This record gives sequence, C-alpha cells and structure tokens, in this order.
Amino acid sequence: MAATPRGQAITAAEAVRRSLEGRERTDWRSPAFHGLLVLLLVLTLGVLAWLLTVVFLNGMPVLLERGPDFLTAPLASQPQRAGVGQAIQGSLMLMGFVVVLSFPLGIGAAVYLEEYASDTRFTRFVNTVVRNLAGVPSIVYGLLGLAVFVVALGDLVGPGPASGRSLIAGGLTMAILVLPIVIITSSEALRAVPASIREAAFGVGATRWEVVRSHVLPYAAPGIFTGTILSMARAFGETAPLILVGAVVGGFSVRYDNLLEQLQGRYTALPTTVYDWARKPATFEGNVYAAIVVLIVVLLVVNALAIYLRNRFERRW
Amino acid sequence: MTAIPSHSPRLSVDDLRGSSARRRRELFVRIAFMAAASLSIVISLLIILSLAGEAWNFISQVDLPLLLERGWFPRRDLFGIPTIVAGTLVVAGIGMLVATPLGLGAAIYLSEYASPRARRVIKPVLEVLAGIPSVVLGYFALQVISPVVVDQACPGITEQFNLAAAGIGVGVLITPLVASVAEDAMYAVPRSLREAAYGLGAQRRTTSLRVVFPAAISGIVAALILGLSRGIGETMVVSIAAGATGGSLFSVNPCAPGQTMTAAMTALATGSDQVRGATLAFPSLFFVGMLLFVFTLALNLFADRFVRRVRVRY
Repeated sequence: MAATPRGQAITAAEAVRRSLEGRERTDWRSPAFHGLLVLLLVLTLGVLAWLLTVVFLNGMPVLLERGPDFLTAPLASQPQRAGVGQAIQGSLMLMGFVVVLSFPLGIGAAVYLEEYASDTRFTRFVNTVVRNLAGVPSIVYGLLGLAVFVVALGDLVGPGPASGRSLIAGGLTMAILVLPIVIITSSEALRAVPASIREAAFGVGATRWEVVRSHVLPYAAPGIFTGTILSMARAFGETAPLILVGAVVGGFSVRYDNLLEQLQGRYTALPTTVYDWARKPATFEGNVYAAIVVLIVVLLVVNALAIYLRNRFERRW
Repeated sequence: MTAIPSHSPRLSVDDLRGSSARRRRELFVRIAFMAAASLSIVISLLIILSLAGEAWNFISQVDLPLLLERGWFPRRDLFGIPTIVAGTLVVAGIGMLVATPLGLGAAIYLSEYASPRARRVIKPVLEVLAGIPSVVLGYFALQVISPVVVDQACPGITEQFNLAAAGIGVGVLITPLVASVAEDAMYAVPRSLREAAYGLGAQRRTTSLRVVFPAAISGIVAALILGLSRGIGETMVVSIAAGATGGSLFSVNPCAPGQTMTAAMTALATGSDQVRGATLAFPSLFFVGMLLFVFTLALNLFADRFVRRVRVRY
C-alpha cells in the first residue's frame, strides 16, 4: 500500500492507472471533439435527408394524382396539363450523344495516356489539360457550345427555325463536358490493373493492342463502367450549359418526321424544365417537385447501380 | 545429317515483328488513341478561342471606365463588373463557411474515427449527396433554406430571394467535394505516423489534429481551394435562389438579392430566347465567361500544385 501526500491510501494499480491517464481529472475535450465530428456529419447527412423528404412529400401527391400522364404530357402553360414527356425524351437523347461520343473517345484517350504514351512532355501536357478541363465550370462549356455549335456551325446542326439551338448542339456540348471526367475515371481504372498482367501477355508475344484488348480492358472494365455511369449521371443533372445552348424553356410543339429532323430541331431536358418551372408562379410548385422526384429517382437508381457494380467487382491485387 | 551451310539465314529482328497486317493494325490503333487524347487539347483551344474572340469584341466596343461602374444592367448597357464579382465572392464565401466545417468534419471522422463498416455506409451516402443536381439544390435553397434558415439570421427580411440562401445551397453542394478530397489526403498519411503518436500516449483527438491533419495539410488546402473554385463556378443554385434576374445594384448584403457572374450569364441567356443580337449583351456573356474561366483555372492550378506536394512527400 502506497500513501499519497494527502494521506489517502490508494492501490498500486490505481496509481499506475492515474499516471497512464495523464491527468487525474476526467478529460472532457476528447469526447467533445468526437461529439462535434459526429454532429457535423449528422448535419451533412441531415440536409440530404431533409431535402429528399421535402421533395418526395411535395412531389409524390402530384405524381400520384397525375399518374403516367405527367410522365408523357408535353410542356404547357397550365400546371394541370404540363408534363415532362418532352423533357425525358430530350434528356435521353442527350445521354445518347454522351454514350456514343464521350465514352469511346474518353476511354480511348485514357488507354493512350495510360498504356501507350511514354512519359514525355506531350503526355504530361495532355494530362494537365485534361485535369484542368475537368475543373472548368459547366457554364463555360455552355459558352463553348454557344460560340461553336449554335453560332458558327448553326446552319449545319440546326437549320431553319431552330437557328442553331438544336438537339445536336446540346448533345455535342454535353459530350464535350463529360469527356474529361470519363478520361480521368477510366485512367484510374486502368492504373489499378497490375503490371504483371501486362508483362505476362507481352511475354507470350502479344502486341500492345492485344494486351490492352484482351487483358487490361477486361480487368479494368468494372472500374470504367462505374466511372462512365457516374459521369452520365452528372450529365443527366447538368442544366447551365443547356440553358446557354438554347434548350427550350417555355413550350414547343413540333412534330418531327424523322430522326434527323428531330436532331436538328428544338429540344428540352429534364433539369432545364425544373429550372423553367421553378421561375414560374407558385401554382407550378407541385409540378417542380414532381419533376425533381423523377430526376432524383433516375439519378439514385443510376448511382446505386454504379455503387453496386463497384462493390460487386472490386478486387484488390 | 547435312552440314549447316555457312550462309544459313540468321533470325533477324524483322522475323520477330510478326505479320505486316498485325503491325499495320497496331499503328492504326495507336494513332486512333492518340487522336482521342489530343482531342482534349483541341477542346481547350476551342474554349479559349471562343471566349477570347467575343470577349475582345466586347472590350473593343464598350466604354472601359463604364466597366467599373456600380450596377449590372446589361439590357441598359450598364456592365458593372465589380457588382457581379462582389456577388460571386459573397456567395462563394458563405458557401465556404458552410462547407469547410461540414466537409472537414466529415473527412476527419471518416479517416480517423469511423469503423470500416461506418465508412462503407457513409461514403456512398456522401456520393449520393454529391450527385444531387444543382437545380434541385437551388430550388431547395429557395423554398426551404431561405424561409427556414435565412429568416432566422436576417431580421426583418422580406425577400425570399437572397444571396445567403444561395450561399448556403452552394455550401451544401460543395461539402461532399471538400470531404472527399480532404479525406483522401488524410487517409494517405502513413499508419506509422499515427502509431508513433499513439505510442507516445497521444489520444485520438490529439493524433488527428496534431499529427494527421498537419501531415495532410497540402491536400486539405487543395480540397478547400477546389471547393472555392466549384463555388465560384456554380450556376444553377444562384440562378434560382439569389433573384435579381434582370440586373442588380451593387450589393454585398447577404440578406438581399444579388447577382453573381454565373447567374448573370444564365439570366442573359434566358431573358431573351435569342441571345444573339441584342447589342453588347451577347459579347458581354463571353467576357464574363472569360473572367470566370481565368478565376477558376488559376484556383485549380494552385490546388493542383498542393495535391502534387502531398504525393511527393510519402
């Protein structure tokens, strides 16, 4: 038994415990810091929950009341008749441009940067350019589309009444906007494939393209898919550039005879419709929320698919 | 057995190259991929050329001292650049005030405190938040943040449209970006540093704040700069929630409506269905765009340098 100066007797174990804890009083700062971190995280996640609750509470009644009519009806000036039919169609066709143009070009560029290019000044320059393009605000891409596709090439992409502000102009702008993101995510997926896979293939005499096609790309495919799906989700929700290249706000009713005419004609997209209705009188409030529900449900499904793919196929080498 | 003739054809490099068809295909594929990679340079050049061309058009036609006037009313030929730059800084500043604590808090928690299971749940949820389109957050800022949050902070406010609501919306939008970049930086700090700290008897809080945080500081600064850059370029939240569609007086009051560079551009593009025409309004769009491009590019390059410093260290 040891004795403290104050004459109290404490056990040796107690003395060791106290000296290990550093202070003899309880330390409140560590739990407080832990609590603060949890609070901040709960706040962040709480905003997301709050947003989703507000959106679904206000949007579902309109969706349930209107039913499929809301999903197919064209834009209109009365909220009871306005729907997102044209918007969904336009958004899907814009995604078509992204899939057809950005995916092959982006994956090809990533393959070049990761598999073909040696570490030259040109390669480093291209890498820097791609990273910076990914950080350019989306509205600047809208200006690019406006200057190049709508004004300079207007007669080509949208002759006649569209005066350049056609689906092609919007689709090309979107494709350019997404391209750097596809390159970056695909590069990361390619980089994760270990060098031994390539060396084994080279060792049995495969050419570089054969190595890439039959060995590297299959192993990198899940990562590439996840990245491209997420970049498509980003394009699906993108609004600002479409406003600049002239997605229709308001309403339009044109019958298109064939695909080319439709591609060269006017269009609208789901997020631009949300923006347009958001600026209308309060009678449109239900419609805005309903359109947001459609937008968010699509994005959540796409995101979930990407996360599932990543978890399902993720492998550690 | 025949004697090997002395002039027997030796295997040369050419024999190992394979068929010429195979070589041609190799070359073709390489060129195609290289063209795809070079496309990003072409796109950059197109952006710079299209911005600079019209911006020059604007500069050469406008009265330069007028650019420093207060007030932004493009339809009345009043182009006060300070007005929209001030609005942009107010919105991005409020956004950073929101995103810095939320983003860094989430990053420290995920990197230092969370169990692997908690990480697996929280990270996808943050990604979902990152995937919410900005139009949606803009409408949320206008309909919910403005009446519920901003009304408490601004006594006597009557205007539903205000810079504060837009700023908070932008903050929520960039929080996942700040969190993910900062978390990557902290997660990359080697275990040995943490173990050394624990070995000296440091607690988790001390280890996080005094060891891991300083070691990851370049990445954390980069996260904040990237967040700021995104906040400056964010368009839809401001277009919907900040009001002032036609134009704006000079104002830095967060409780009042205002105009940012980005919102000024969408307002110009939506106001008239036809952007082309209208005297100087059309080229002014590109001048503002070029300013925005230069601002964000400078910030991104700055952040890039910080990120690279992290990579070199460990």
